[in-house]
Amino acid sequence: MTTATLSKPLPKQRLKRKPNNIGTGIGIVIILILWLVPTIGLLVTSFRPVALINTTGWWTALDVNNGPISAQHPDPNASYAEKLGTRFTINNYVDALTGYRGTSTYLDACASTTKPLGMNCDISDLLNPRGMGRAFVNSIIVTVPSTIFPILIALFAAYAFAWMDFKGRYAIFAILVGLQVVPIQMTLVPVLRMFAGMGMNGTFPAVWLFHTGFGLPYAIYMLRNSMSTLPKDLFESAYLDGANHWQVFTKIVLPLTMPAIASLAIFQFLWVWNDLLVSLVFLGGSKPVMTYQISNMVSSLGAGWHLLTAAAFLSMLLPMIVFFALQKYFVRGMMAGAVKG
Amino acid sequence: MAKAITASVMKQKRQVPWLYLLPAIIVMTIFILYPMLNTVSLSFGNANGTASAATTCREGQPCWGVFENYRYALTNELNTTNVKTTWDSFWVSSYGNMIKWLLVMVTGTVGIGLVFAVLVDRIKQEALAKSIIFMPMAISFVGAGVIWKFVYNYGTSQVQTGILNAIITGLGFKPVSWLTESPLNTYMLVVVGVWMWTGFCMTLLSSAIKSIPEEIIEASRIDGAKNFEIFTKIQVPIIAPTIVVVITTMVINVLKLFDIVYVMTGGNYGTNVIATRMYTEMYTNAHYGRGTAIAVILILFIIPFIVMNIRRFTKQEAMR
Repeated sequence: MTTATLSKPLPKQRLKRKPNNIGTGIGIVIILILWLVPTIGLLVTSFRPVALINTTGWWTALDVNNGPISAQHPDPNASYAEKLGTRFTINNYVDALTGYRGTSTYLDACASTTKPLGMNCDISDLLNPRGMGRAFVNSIIVTVPSTIFPILIALFAAYAFAWMDFKGRYAIFAILVGLQVVPIQMTLVPVLRMFAGMGMNGTFPAVWLFHTGFGLPYAIYMLRNSMSTLPKDLFESAYLDGANHWQVFTKIVLPLTMPAIASLAIFQFLWVWNDLLVSLVFLGGSKPVMTYQISNMVSSLGAGWHLLTAAAFLSMLLPMIVFFALQKYFVRGMMAGAVKG
Repeated sequence: MAKAITASVMKQKRQVPWLYLLPAIIVMTIFILYPMLNTVSLSFGNANGTASAATTCREGQPCWGVFENYRYALTNELNTTNVKTTWDSFWVSSYGNMIKWLLVMVTGTVGIGLVFAVLVDRIKQEALAKSIIFMPMAISFVGAGVIWKFVYNYGTSQVQTGILNAIITGLGFKPVSWLTESPLNTYMLVVVGVWMWTGFCMTLLSSAIKSIPEEIIEASRIDGAKNFEIFTKIQVPIIAPTIVVVITTMVINVLKLFDIVYVMTGGNYGTNVIATRMYTEMYTNAHYGRGTAIAVILILFIIPFIVMNIRRFTKQEAMR
């Protein structure tokens, strides 16, 4: 072990020069600002009260005296910190989660004597079909099986393509490489008709099955590539020890393929989580997922920016966490699967 | 390589591989292969697939017989009164928009991605800068659509709460309704696509640039080459194969693009692309014949890239 580590040449250290001209620095900063500002605008806006969102720009959020009189602090002599406190709120998130669309806020409306329409003013409102809370649950229900099923099935097929010999192995795999690029649009109508015939439209299994089918070509391709790089000595010694394919597959190949499975799982999870088209066609409004709920809010007149920004940020939360926590796996999976569906 | 080993080392019964493959083959046949063939046959049928498309022809109207849905898919968006109206209407049709998307989005993502990859290679905070550019890849097109709809927000009152119009009016110009003014709106949507996909191009191009041996760069620097010359005469030619891969990937992605347009304009105001138009025909108008004909046209555009993908794979395998 030690000798192996020592004999390995040191990784070549790349020279990091300082930006040798101002242009490099300025160029990078400009691009970074262009990339960050839109997201920051969304984040800041999602924490501002409705009255201020519609009358002042989010970039003036720290100016505590602008906006309509109704949005001003009741005491004009209050300190800056006190005034600032009244200019940010989490009401947008509460309203978005519960699906409250009234003129007040969910919390105020529930505190008053008459309950808002269609609300129970207890924890069950989080599952209101119009809210993002329910959509979050639906997104999880859609995404988890849609990630696990294709990977499970693909593992077997990938093993066969990588380490078994059979007629047509090469030809079938070449077809698979082509299938990766086939657009989803090409299969929507027939599958929709098929599901309609079986009474499956608007059910979760319909979406699970569709994502499983469409996830397979890429999943098999990626896992097979990873499995076929394993050293052949492993297989030779396992065979000499009397192991059969099933034992080699479960005891040797699966554990060694874990990093690839992780990349693939993250890719597929985010792909399904962010998908709109498939949920739109097969689930629609009966079981709204987060992307559907937001796109519905965009087109319906009732939802203002305060709800939209909060809802959009809620839908991005999970992908952002996954991205920053597991960046290495994420980038790897993304790079290999860019042409999918 | 693997072939030789399995043949000699791991003996197996003939049916064993097929047991491992069976679940995958069944699922893919039901959800990809069969529907693809079915789509092609539906594209020659009427609205609900019960009769031939030829039966939908009306007397006195142009008709392509069994290819009637294709006539509709290809020409319905055009105003064929004269050459000029045909030309003008083409550029706001889903096909004209597709060309705009392809040209601007591919140049934008690859261009910015390449420049950024080269610039960022010289600074210490490289990892952080790269993850900022890559971050939009993690979020949905729907989320990005909301982010940018807010940037483009057009206030009818004095106050502009969208940052772009605030800047424009601050400079003394009139505010613009970015998403409804054709042909400007399509380009505004392309910007969102560029924002999302530049990180992808940048990452691939950056790793290609890093694989160029440092000695080559140093040698040319000693010969007196400036940064810009190194970029155009050394780095770009060496990574040309990667650039080609990135471009083809982007072309495929743009052709399939649906969500950005659907969320931000719903395909209205002359922003339709092939995928949104297909959705409207199949879902809103419930005309399966026309919807599938548009899907077939889409796959015809993509087939060259499928062939390319398989070819590249075959080449890679030959080298293993």
